[in-house]
Amino acid sequence: MSLDQSPPVPASTERSYPPIGWLSTGALASVIIGGILMASYAPRKAPLGAATALLVVGALLLLSAGVLLASLKEFSRTTFLKVFKWAIFADLVTAAMIEFAFVRDHTNGASLLIVTCMLAVFTLSVPTTVAFTVARYAED
Amino acid sequence: MTDTVRDVASSTPDGPPPERPKIQVVPLKGLPISAAAVILVTLAIAGNWQWALVFCHVAGGGLWTGIDLFVGLVLGPILGRLSIAARAEFSARFMPKMVIIMPTVVMMTLATGFQIARKMGNLYAKSPNHPWLIASFCVVGVMAVIALGILEPANIAVLFEMNKPVPNGELIGRLMKRFIYTAGITGIMQIATLIIMTRVATQ
Repeated sequence: MSLDQSPPVPASTERSYPPIGWLSTGALASVIIGGILMASYAPRKAPLGAATALLVVGALLLLSAGVLLASLKEFSRTTFLKVFKWAIFADLVTAAMIEFAFVRDHTNGASLLIVTCMLAVFTLSVPTTVAFTVARYAED
Repeated sequence: MTDTVRDVASSTPDGPPPERPKIQVVPLKGLPISAAAVILVTLAIAGNWQWALVFCHVAGGGLWTGIDLFVGLVLGPILGRLSIAARAEFSARFMPKMVIIMPTVVMMTLATGFQIARKMGNLYAKSPNHPWLIASFCVVGVMAVIALGILEPANIAVLFEMNKPVPNGELIGRLMKRFIYTAGITGIMQIATLIIMTRVATQ
């Protein structure tokens, strides 16, 4: 038997899941658009209304992904947490670097708060997508 | 990993699959290099160190663009024509390295690029480079969503699948297809980056 002639597809690959990966990727897209908006105005003040709206959309999408994840019954939480732990470590470094650049550029007040919240959504959404994609095919 | 594919090929549905070496999804040996890059970028930003900022941006950006173009437009189409077993063997060796290399070069490029743009006044609305920089932010934004939301999860899922006692070739093939298409898209988008960056440098 080779990889070209695979064994019967295990149940985990056939099981259908709610669109958790797409929701967390949507959250990522939303905060990236918000980040582009904020960065395109730097060093001036960006219009905070649009940035806040994008942040709220991102947070809601991520929250929906979290609620759907928590409600899953047949799902490898062990694998999810194992992958999530490593991925969040990598994304925390990236987020910290971006936050540092904004602080170094004298971003402060409401703008800094929005950037920080966007980075929090980023830091949670990428590991959620990665860990969910891996865990949905896990067998344990 | 050669052993992995050979062993899978020799296993039978009746017998237990033989022991195979595990793939290290995150190659720990590469982490010090990544950490050194993070430290260099932090020092460059903190000290507004012109040479280090330009070095990190040019070196990181060159590698990022080059790797994306090569993987997306050269390796991707070749991979697409290989058997699933060959694709799996290749990706087991290739993808763990990408897990370390790509986030490092992307972080180097973006963090220092923003600082250079700020220092040179390219972020000001009056600068002739401002529209090009906004275009560059948009290109990077689209690439980030594709890479972080589709490509990277598929890469890591392939590696985990390869670590199972009996990997599912059909699933690996499906995930690899996702990798090949998204790598092609980011490769094409890097052409836009090259155009934008050469415009910014020459205006």
